[in-house]
Amino acid sequence: MAEVKQLVKGLADQHGRSMESLLPILQGIINQEQHISEDAMVEVARELNISAAQVYGTATFYSFLHTKPLGKYVIRVCKTITCMMHGKNQIIQELEAVLKINLGETTHDRLFTLLETNCLGQCHKGPAMLVNDEPYTELTPEKVRAIIMKYKQQELNVN
Amino acid sequence: MKKNLQRLDLIFKNEHDTEVILRKTIGRKCDDVINDLISSGLKGRGGAGFPTGLKWKLAAEANQPDKFVICNADEGEPGTFKDREILSSVPHKVLTGMAVCAHIIGAKKGFIYLRGEYKFLKPSLQKVIDDFHVLLDDLKIDLRVAIFLGSGAYICGEESALFESMEGKRGEPRNKPPFPTDFGYKGQPTVINNVETLAHTYSILKYGPDKFKDLGVQDSRGSKVFSVSGDTPIPGIYELEFGMSLQKFVDDFGDGDSKAVQVGGASGFCVPRKKFEKTIIGYQGKLRGTSLPTGGSMMIFNSSRSMYNVLHNYLDFFVEESCGQCTPCRVGTQQLLLGIQAVKKGEQPSSYLDRLLDLAEAMRVTAKCGLGQSVANSFSSIVENFREEMIY
Ligand SMILES: Cc1cc2nc3c(=O)[nH]c(=O)nc-3n(C[C@H](O)[C@H](O)[C@H](O)COP(=O)(O)O)c2cc1C
Ligand code: SF4
Ligand code: FES
Repeated sequence: MAEVKQLVKGLADQHGRSMESLLPILQGIINQEQHISEDAMVEVARELNISAAQVYGTATFYSFLHTKPLGKYVIRVCKTITCMMHGKNQIIQELEAVLKINLGETTHDRLFTLLETNCLGQCHKGPAMLVNDEPYTELTPEKVRAIIMKYKQQELNVN
Repeated sequence: MKKNLQRLDLIFKNEHDTEVILRKTIGRKCDDVINDLISSGLKGRGGAGFPTGLKWKLAAEANQPDKFVICNADEGEPGTFKDREILSSVPHKVLTGMAVCAHIIGAKKGFIYLRGEYKFLKPSLQKVIDDFHVLLDDLKIDLRVAIFLGSGAYICGEESALFESMEGKRGEPRNKPPFPTDFGYKGQPTVINNVETLAHTYSILKYGPDKFKDLGVQDSRGSKVFSVSGDTPIPGIYELEFGMSLQKFVDDFGDGDSKAVQVGGASGFCVPRKKFEKTIIGYQGKLRGTSLPTGGSMMIFNSSRSMYNVLHNYLDFFVEESCGQCTPCRVGTQQLLLGIQAVKKGEQPSSYLDRLLDLAEAMRVTAKCGLGQSVANSFSSIVENFREEMIY
């Protein structure tokens, strides 16, 4: 709780305390925590002097602002038409197999969450996905395995 | 492959005359610059096709001290990816357009509303903006440009929803009028333009309006950047002249087996093979045949594709991206989806499709914003042209 308070205060100092700062602040929380907890929403409301309901209303509107905990790396596979035509189902199956989770779930070690999303603006290079902010295109099952390995390796190095 | 269509190189041309253009332009009378834009025939490339010069003129005439210029880089329409490419390879052209606009209308603050999916572009774009600010200071142009990141909502590309989003609210479109040039961001006069529109102003300011006007056809002047995807051996981004027939386009970009092209994304129109010849790509006007406006999304489908699956995918998209604010769109999109599923499964007779067509047309008239209003574009054009595929 104290940590969230610090985080929100820091973000408010950085972005300001007007309504125009709300989305940047919520995005800042996502960058740190991958989701916006109720505590965080209450804190944001307090800092900006608006109602918590207002914060909740905005936070729940946007598909990249999650209010439930997610993994450290959020994988979003494009499911829109061109990527679908170019085999996004195969990519999802591969990810489910490699991560041993179903679509919509988070791995036990809380490292990865697997989601679908709408068109990523990479249609000429489909299938495409984002891992957090990073786009990956022209995916194949082999490529997907290598990408996941890369992130796992990165985690090992950090620890 | 024989190439019918001339590939143009205006937008992506590697040229760096920002300083020259800005110096020249701020020395001219604002009315003259606006008249150049009007006579060039440039229309908005975000989909709606509003004359850009006129938009700037309206904002210039508005009588409030605070004004804003906003670059719409939300690019959420399925099958569109050209704005990303423009922002990564020629961002200085977009910024030049913004600075000239700001100078003309009297704005001191500009924003680039960058969709969350393009956040990876932010660091490089921010660097270009920082350098640009130094140049603005040298030229004594009082403007600051900031990037505002979206968070994954297609509807925020709609201009009034975009303002709401920047104001910290849910991205729910407003009633119109009032229009942005009177009542935009924070209720102040605002020019909002698509990325490509702004990049075109760079060429018009550099080469003059006539060179631009020479390209294209009546009512659809200049070149257009197309995002080509689907069943094509050469997917990618192409700058082409307005006014081409869809047949010519398919001859160049199709795989030899094209059965339909979706022009303008999920909210655009599906054109079947038999209509390729008489369909012209441009804004609605006195063109021969049917003319289609487009934000530049061209998705090609060959005969192996089920148009039922295509429509299903589009409706999934609309059901998710509807902001839910008005009933015709919130309920209508869901009912259309359930409806085609029921017909496919045989739970409803094929005549049920006619009732769904009526519903889609009713949404066109009753929905609050362009999202709900344009669902009928793809729905009706797919159901009418591929009726058997919906049933069997
Ligand atoms: C649902 C919806 C989504 C839109 N998305 C975009 C978008 O991503 N980018 C864009 O430039 N315009 C988009 N528009 C059009 C904008 O509302 C607006 O007309 C445009 O940004 C104006 O710029 P222009 O005159 O340069 O085209 C969208 C409109 C609707 C109804
Ligand atoms: S038409 Fe759809 S997206 Fe537009 S305001 Fe109504 S519910 Fe929202
Ligand atoms: S359809 Fe997948 S990136 Fe556009």
